[in-house]
Amino acid sequence: MKIHEYQAKALLREFAVAVPRGDVADTPARAREIASGLGGRVVVKAQVHAGGRGKAGGVKLAETPAAAEAAARQILGMRLRTPQTPPEGVEVRRILVEEASAVETELYLSVTLDRARSTDLVMVSQAGGMEIEEVAARSPEKILREWAHPTLGLHAFQARRLAFGLGLTGEPQKAAVALVQNLFACYRAKDCSLAEINPLVVTTEGRVLALDAKLDFDDNALYRHPDVTALRDVAEELPLDVEASRYGLNYIKLDGDVGCMVNGAGLAMATMDIIKLAGGEPANFLDVGGGASPEQIENAFRILSSDPSVKAVFINVFGGILRCDRLAQGVIAAVRTLGLKMPVVVRMEGTNVELGKKMLAESGLALATADDMGAGAHKVVELARAARAVR
Amino acid sequence: MSVLVDKRTRVAVQGITGREGAFHAARCKEYGTTVVGGVTPGKGGTTHEDFPVWNTVAEAVANEGANCSLVFVPPAAAADAVMEAAAAGIPLVVCITEGIPASDMVRARAFVAETETRLIGPNCPGLITPGQAKVGIMPGHIHREGHVGVVSRSGTLTYEVVHQLTTRGIGQSTCIGIGGDPVTGTSFVDVLRLFNEDPETRAVMLIGEIGGSAEEAAAAFIKAQVRKPVVAFICGQTAPPGRRMGHAGAIIAGGKGTAAEKMRALAAAGAHLVQSPADMGKRVAEVLGTG
Repeated sequence: MKIHEYQAKALLREFAVAVPRGDVADTPARAREIASGLGGRVVVKAQVHAGGRGKAGGVKLAETPAAAEAAARQILGMRLRTPQTPPEGVEVRRILVEEASAVETELYLSVTLDRARSTDLVMVSQAGGMEIEEVAARSPEKILREWAHPTLGLHAFQARRLAFGLGLTGEPQKAAVALVQNLFACYRAKDCSLAEINPLVVTTEGRVLALDAKLDFDDNALYRHPDVTALRDVAEELPLDVEASRYGLNYIKLDGDVGCMVNGAGLAMATMDIIKLAGGEPANFLDVGGGASPEQIENAFRILSSDPSVKAVFINVFGGILRCDRLAQGVIAAVRTLGLKMPVVVRMEGTNVELGKKMLAESGLALATADDMGAGAHKVVELARAARAVR
Repeated sequence: MSVLVDKRTRVAVQGITGREGAFHAARCKEYGTTVVGGVTPGKGGTTHEDFPVWNTVAEAVANEGANCSLVFVPPAAAADAVMEAAAAGIPLVVCITEGIPASDMVRARAFVAETETRLIGPNCPGLITPGQAKVGIMPGHIHREGHVGVVSRSGTLTYEVVHQLTTRGIGQSTCIGIGGDPVTGTSFVDVLRLFNEDPETRAVMLIGEIGGSAEEAAAAFIKAQVRKPVVAFICGQTAPPGRRMGHAGAIIAGGKGTAAEKMRALAAAGAHLVQSPADMGKRVAEVLGTG
C-alpha cells in the first residue's frame, strides 16, 4: 500500500526522523494560513501517489503567504501527468506546504527488502535527487549498502559506516547516523516494504533533513497496523481495482480489449502472455484465487464486463481447489444475471472438469469453449477482433 | 527415485482442524501419503476426521515419527508454526499459507537456516512425487510417475504444465512449487541441485515469473553445474512495470525483474526456452526426443 508524502512525514516525525516543518492543505486559503504560520519562504507540493511531481509542475516555491495561496490555487484541482500516472493524469486534491530549506548537499537513503539475501537492505548514495535505478545503472560504485541482520536489525556501526561513506563529518555525520537508525526503526515497526528519502539533504546550517519521503507498506502486514491502514486513499486507486479488492479478487486494469479471468497468479500472467502471442492485447490481470466461490466468480465476471474496453472474455481455469463445477456454476449465474453482452470463451481443466463442461453445455448459454489454452487464446482474440470490426 | 518426499514420508498437518487443513489432509491421505495426524494448539488429545491431533509438533514427532510438516496455519501465526516445526527437528516443512508478512518470513527463514530443516514455501502448492507421496494442495490425478523434475513459483501454472506432460505420456519424478512470495525457504537453485543429483530425474521443467532475481541465479547455476536438459518458461512477459501481479513477489521494480531479462539469462545458460505457455509439454517432449 502506498501513502502520501505528508502522511509519510507525519509518521516519520513519530520516529524522530527530521523532516521540514509544514502541514497539509486542501484549499488555497488554508495554504496561505500555513505559510503565514511557518514564516518565510515555503514549498507547495502536490500530494499524489505518483512520483515525478516536480517535473510535471506539481511543486512550486513561494516567497510570501500570498504567493503560497496563488501556487495552491494553480496546483489544487490540476490533473498531474507524470511517467507514473495513467495518461489522463491524476487530480490533485491536497497539497503539502512546508518551509523551504537552504540545501547544501542532496543525498539518497532507502530501506527495502533484498529478496536475494532475504533480509533488509539499507542503501545510501551521494547522488541525491536522482532515481536510484539510474545511479545503479550509470555509477554503481556510488551506492553504499548495508544489510540488516534478520533479527538484530541494523547495527549502529553500520549506520556510521554509511554516514562516513557519504563523506559527512561532525554534527551532520551524527545527525545522519540517527536519521538512518530512526528510519530503519520506522521501516521495521510499521512493516514497510520501502522507505525512501530522496533527497536526504544537509542544509547550509548543517541540519540533516528528509526533504521528500516515500513509504510503501507490506499489504500482508496491514492487519496489525490499523493506524497505517487508516491512511489508505482510495481516491488514488482505480475504481475497478477498489471494487475487486472488496471481493478478495486480484485485478489490474491494462490497456487491451480481451478480458481475462484466471485462477492463480502464474496462470493469469501466462494467460495474458498467450493472448498477446495470439495477436491480442489483454484488458486486465484477474486472479480469482485458488479457492474462489461461485459468488466470487460472479463478481469477477461482473467487474470484467463492466470495463467498457473489453470486447471479449477468456476464462481460463485449471481446477485444483477451485473445482470446475463450481466455476461453471458461478459463470452460469453471472451470465444469467448480467446477460451475455460480449463473446465469452471458457477453457477449463482439472478437478471435476467433465461435470463442469456438462453444466455449461446444458445451460443453453452461448458460451464458446476450448480444449487447451492455446486454442482458447486464438478463439478469443478472433472474437474480439470481430467485435471491434462491428463497431 | 525422487527428491524430498517418497513412500517413507510421514506427514503431520499443522492447522489440521481448520477448513483447508482438514480438507487437504484427507486429500493427501487419499492419494496414498502417510498422514500421521495433525497439530492444533489447545486441541491436543482429540481426533479430527479420524486424524489424531496434538498440541505441539514435538508430540507429533515423538508419538508418530512425523518427518514432514504441512502448514495451513493462518498468516498471522504461520511463521511461528514453521519455526515450531524446525525446532522440533522436522526435516521438511512445507508451508502452503498465503499472505504471511514479509518481515515474519525474514525472521522465520533465519531461524530455520540455523537448523537442519528445509522449508518449502510459503505461498506455494507444495510438492508431489507421483505414485508415492503428495504433500500439498495440487490435484493428484493429473500427475504420472516418470523422470521430469518440475519446479515453479506458481500453483495453477504448474498444474498446467504437469497436465501437458501427462497427456503426452511424460511422467514426473517430483514436482515442487517453491512459492510466489519475496522470501521463501527454498530457491530454484536449491531444487536444481537436488534434481541434478537425482539419478531418476532426466530433465527439468522450470517455470519462473517476473520480479526478483531468482531466475538469474538459476541460470548461473545451470551454466556452472547442471548436466541435464532444462526447459524454461517465464510468465509475465506482458506485465506492466510497478504493478504487483497477484504474487507479492511478482513485480517489475525499477526496470529490474523483467521476463525478457530472465529469458535471456536462461537461454545464455543453455536452457531451452518456451515462448508460449501452451507449448511447455511439447518442448519437453522435443528435448527428451519423444516428441
